[in-house]
Amino acid sequence: MAQTSSLAEEKTSSLAFSSRTITLRVAKFNPKTDHEKKWIDFQIPYQKWTTVLDAILEAKKYLDHSIAVRYSCRQATCGSCGMIINGRPRLACFTKISELNSDVVTVEPMKNFPIIRDLTVSFDRLFKTHNSLKPFIIREDSDIPEKASELLQTPEELEKYIQFANCIKCGLCNSACPTMATDSSFIGPQALAQAYRYIADNRDKGKDDRLKIIDDSHGIWRCHFAGSCSQVCPKGVDPAMGIQLLRGYLLGFRS
Amino acid sequence: MKIHYGTALAAVALVAVHILFRLTQGFAESLQYESVIANYQFLPYAGMLEIILILLSIHGFNGLRTILIELKQGHSYEKAVTYGCIAAMAAVILYGSRTIFMTSVGMI
Amino acid sequence: MATVDENKEGIKGMANPLRYGIERVAYWLMRLTGLGLLAYFVAHIYETSMILKGKAGWDEFLTLTQTTEGHIILALVIGMCVFHTVNGIRVMLGHGGIGVGTPGRADYPYIPRSQNYRHKITIYSAIVLAAIAMMYGLAVMFGE
Repeated sequence: MAQTSSLAEEKTSSLAFSSRTITLRVAKFNPKTDHEKKWIDFQIPYQKWTTVLDAILEAKKYLDHSIAVRYSCRQATCGSCGMIINGRPRLACFTKISELNSDVVTVEPMKNFPIIRDLTVSFDRLFKTHNSLKPFIIREDSDIPEKASELLQTPEELEKYIQFANCIKCGLCNSACPTMATDSSFIGPQALAQAYRYIADNRDKGKDDRLKIIDDSHGIWRCHFAGSCSQVCPKGVDPAMGIQLLRGYLLGFRS
Repeated sequence: MKIHYGTALAAVALVAVHILFRLTQGFAESLQYESVIANYQFLPYAGMLEIILILLSIHGFNGLRTILIELKQGHSYEKAVTYGCIAAMAAVILYGSRTIFMTSVGMI
Repeated sequence: MATVDENKEGIKGMANPLRYGIERVAYWLMRLTGLGLLAYFVAHIYETSMILKGKAGWDEFLTLTQTTEGHIILALVIGMCVFHTVNGIRVMLGHGGIGVGTPGRADYPYIPRSQNYRHKITIYSAIVLAAIAMMYGLAVMFGE
C-alpha cells in the first residue's frame, strides 16, 4: 500500500504557494535490503513550469531525504536524470508536470538497467557497449606531425553525422528498446547510433573495424526497426535512422 | 538477413499465384479432391508448391529462431535453438515434399 | 560469480505495443502475425498431407476445415498474411535506409525524422488492407 506524505505547513517551499498539487508516486527499492519495490506517494504543489525533477527534489528536500536520484545540469544536457515517468522513459528535468496531463505522476527507475537504489541505475553496461564501438576518430596518421593543420570538413560533411553527435548517453533509448527488454547481449541502439556517428564522419577511417564488431548475432541484426529509441530520444539523435543507415553498409547498399 | 529478405520476397510472389489458383477456380470447387489432384499432377504447379514450401519453411523458422534467441541468451541455448529450428525446417520440408511428390506421381 | 539483476522488462516489455506510437504496434503485430502464420503453415502442411489418404480421408478432413470456425480462422490467416507482407516490405525498405529520412542538424522539439508520415501511412495501410482482405475472404468463403 502506498504511503502518503504532504508538505507540513511550517516548512517553506518554492512551490508551496501554488494551489495545484499532484501525487508524485516514487518507486523505492534497495536491492541490498528489499525484496520488492514499494510505492510512496507525495503530495507536491506545482506551477505551470515545474518539472518532474523539481517535484522529486521537493519531495527529497522536505518529505523523504532518502530518495536516491541522479541529476546534474537540469537542462537536458548531461543525461543523468533519465527515468520512467508515467510508463515512458524521459528526462525528469525535461518533462514538465503540466505536460503529463495527469493527477498522478509515477516515477520509477529506467528498465533494462540494474537498479542501484530507488531511481538510480547503473550505467556500466551502456558505457561498456559504447566503448566497445571505439567512439573516437580512427586514422592512420593519428600522431600529429609538425606543422599539421586541422582536419577540414565542409558543412555538408558535418550535416551527415552531427545529429548523432548530440547523444548525451542518457540511456532512454536502451530503456525503450524492445530487444533490450529481453536480450542481455544486444549492443543497444545507443552504441549502434554512435557507431554510425563515427562511420559517417569523413575524418574517420575505422569503418571496417566497427562494422566487424556490429556484424554479430547480437549486434545490429537484433534491431527490428521498432523505432521506440527514436521516439524517446530527448536530443533528436534518432538512433533508429542511424541504425538503418548503418545496416546499408552491411547489406551492400552503401559503401 | 539477406536470406530472410530473399525468401520473403520470393514467397510473396509465389503465394500470390497459389492463392489466385484458389480464387479463379472458385474456392469450394478448388478444394474438391479431383481438383486438388489435378493441381498436383500439373508439374509446374507442383514445382511451385515445392519452392513455396522451402521458402516459407526457411523464412518462418528463421523468424522463430530470431525471436527465441532474443528471449534468452547463452552459447548452448542458442546452439540448441539454431539446430532445433533447422531440424524443424527440414522436417516440415521433408513432410511436405513427401505429399507433393507422392501426389504428383500418382502414388496415392 | 554473482549475477546482477538487470531489471529487464522481459517479455512483458517486448510484447507491450503501447506507449511508443504506431511503429511499436507494428513491431508487435509483425511478431504476432509471424508466429500465427508459422503455426498455420505447419498445420497447412499437415492438412494437405491428408490427400494421401485418398478421397475419403480428404473429404473427412474437409468436414473439419470447411466449417464456420475454419473459415473464420482462414480469414484471420488472410489478414495476418496481408499485414505481415505489407509491413514486411516497409521494414525491408527501412532496413535498406529507404524512407528513414536524411541526417541533419536536430532542433527543438527534436521530432525524429525516421518516424515519419511515410512509415505511419504504410503501417495504417497495412492494417486497412488486411481488414479489406479479410472481408473479401469472408465474402468468398461464406458467399458460396
